[in-house]
Amino acid sequence: MPSNISLLALVLITIVKGAVLIGALLMAFAYGTWLERRLVGRFQLRLGPNRVGPLGLMQPMADGVKVIFKEDFVPAQADRLAYWLAPALVVAVALTAFAVIPFGPPSVKLFGVPLFYISNVNVGILLILAVTSIGAYGVILGGWASNSKYSLLGGLRSTAQLISYELGVGLAILGVILLAGTLELPQIVEQQAGTWFGFLPRWNIFLQPLGFLLYSIGALAETNRAPFDLPEAEQELTTGYQTEYGGMKSAMFYMAEYIDIVLVSSIATLLFLGGWQGPFIQQLPGLGVLWFLVKVLAFVFIFIWLRATLPRIRYDQLMDLGWKVVLPLALLNLLLTALIVLIWPWLGGGG
Amino acid sequence: MGVASPVADSPFLVAKLEELINWGRKHSVWPMTFGLACCAIEMMEAGASRFDMARFGMEVFRNSPRQSDLMIVAGRVSQKMGPVLKHLYDQMLEPKWVIAMGDCSSSGGIFNNYAIIQGVDKIVPVDVYVAGCPPSPDNLLYGLIKLQGKIAREHPLHPVARQADLRELLAKAS
Repeated sequence: MPSNISLLALVLITIVKGAVLIGALLMAFAYGTWLERRLVGRFQLRLGPNRVGPLGLMQPMADGVKVIFKEDFVPAQADRLAYWLAPALVVAVALTAFAVIPFGPPSVKLFGVPLFYISNVNVGILLILAVTSIGAYGVILGGWASNSKYSLLGGLRSTAQLISYELGVGLAILGVILLAGTLELPQIVEQQAGTWFGFLPRWNIFLQPLGFLLYSIGALAETNRAPFDLPEAEQELTTGYQTEYGGMKSAMFYMAEYIDIVLVSSIATLLFLGGWQGPFIQQLPGLGVLWFLVKVLAFVFIFIWLRATLPRIRYDQLMDLGWKVVLPLALLNLLLTALIVLIWPWLGGGG
Repeated sequence: MGVASPVADSPFLVAKLEELINWGRKHSVWPMTFGLACCAIEMMEAGASRFDMARFGMEVFRNSPRQSDLMIVAGRVSQKMGPVLKHLYDQMLEPKWVIAMGDCSSSGGIFNNYAIIQGVDKIVPVDVYVAGCPPSPDNLLYGLIKLQGKIAREHPLHPVARQADLRELLAKAS
């Protein structure tokens, strides 16, 4: 039973941490769009936005001001409640999942409260999977409420895609959980400390290469990114479920998309790339946040790289890939992992 | 709305807000993906690496009229396309702008016949006319920069007022 002072400190610090985290994530959305536009420009031998502020750094602010001051619009035949609910739901869900992401080692504390995560749930990864699944409701609600055939078809496609790839992602994550023997995210990262043979970091990616590949494919599909951005296909569906959304409401769907990118990158970092583990982490635990951010940024960069490189795949190819390749391979990976864990239980550190 | 009714004793703040809104709108003009004829090829070129509209934050070609700010009428508008174009313009959210790109959409150009609307300004209000047949991408870029200047001079609520003016004009003409 904590005393009153420490309880008060806990509540206050948690509120501040939450506010800081939400602010950071909204900045990550704004500068995610900037990074993507600059990088795609470089990939296409262009310059990208560079006129608004130095290096175009004020571009997201200009976009934000414009989007906020656009006309506020609801289609005449729309279901008004669901139409308003959908963008709020997707953003809220994307933000909520970050509550259990640890950004740094739990040993860094202020008044006895761990500084680098908001809460440590002992089923952390399960909670993230459960919460992000609700995002599919936002998409289908948006498509349904707009009362437009393009939106509805886009929403249906998106939901089918999300459900198909969630299975693959879940099974790929299950391999890591078998190795670790826990669902608690800080503990999974702690087990990846140290090295093999003196030079190879003990990251799960070296034990689960297939699992990492399948997780990356599934993460791309779940965040509606190229080459799996069928729900917002320009040619057939005119931006899919967002067709009737304009101004800030449409920007909120993009907000959710970019925050989701950061989220799946964070999960990949925690589960496969050793989270905050890195050089000098014993001497200076606060440095872990830096290693974590570097790994997340590398993953985000690969997302943008893929978008600039790959063409969009067809809908039947998407479903084939999901059900005939990713799912069987994920099952195989799970089976092999289970066998190996049975033979050498000390391998993942879970026992 | 605070933007429309300036408070008497604090004009400074209101002026700054107007500038901020205009600054945002000016630097984030998202065109609609809407090509009608050969001018559209030049419009695509303007987005490609040699001319690169992206430098001005204009490369975000939106697919839905609800999310776009600018309609570039790139090419001749036939009598059958006219109502579609008007429909798309009406679906765009305020504030919105129109560029008539090329001679055909500005005045009918060489197609002086029954099938082509003689200038798109007969159905939608045009902000900037870009001459040429077709105009080269740098001509279009010049037109876009002129449009930026026009947006910077506007009152943030002016586009709405302009619609009312247009309706009056149309009423007088008919």
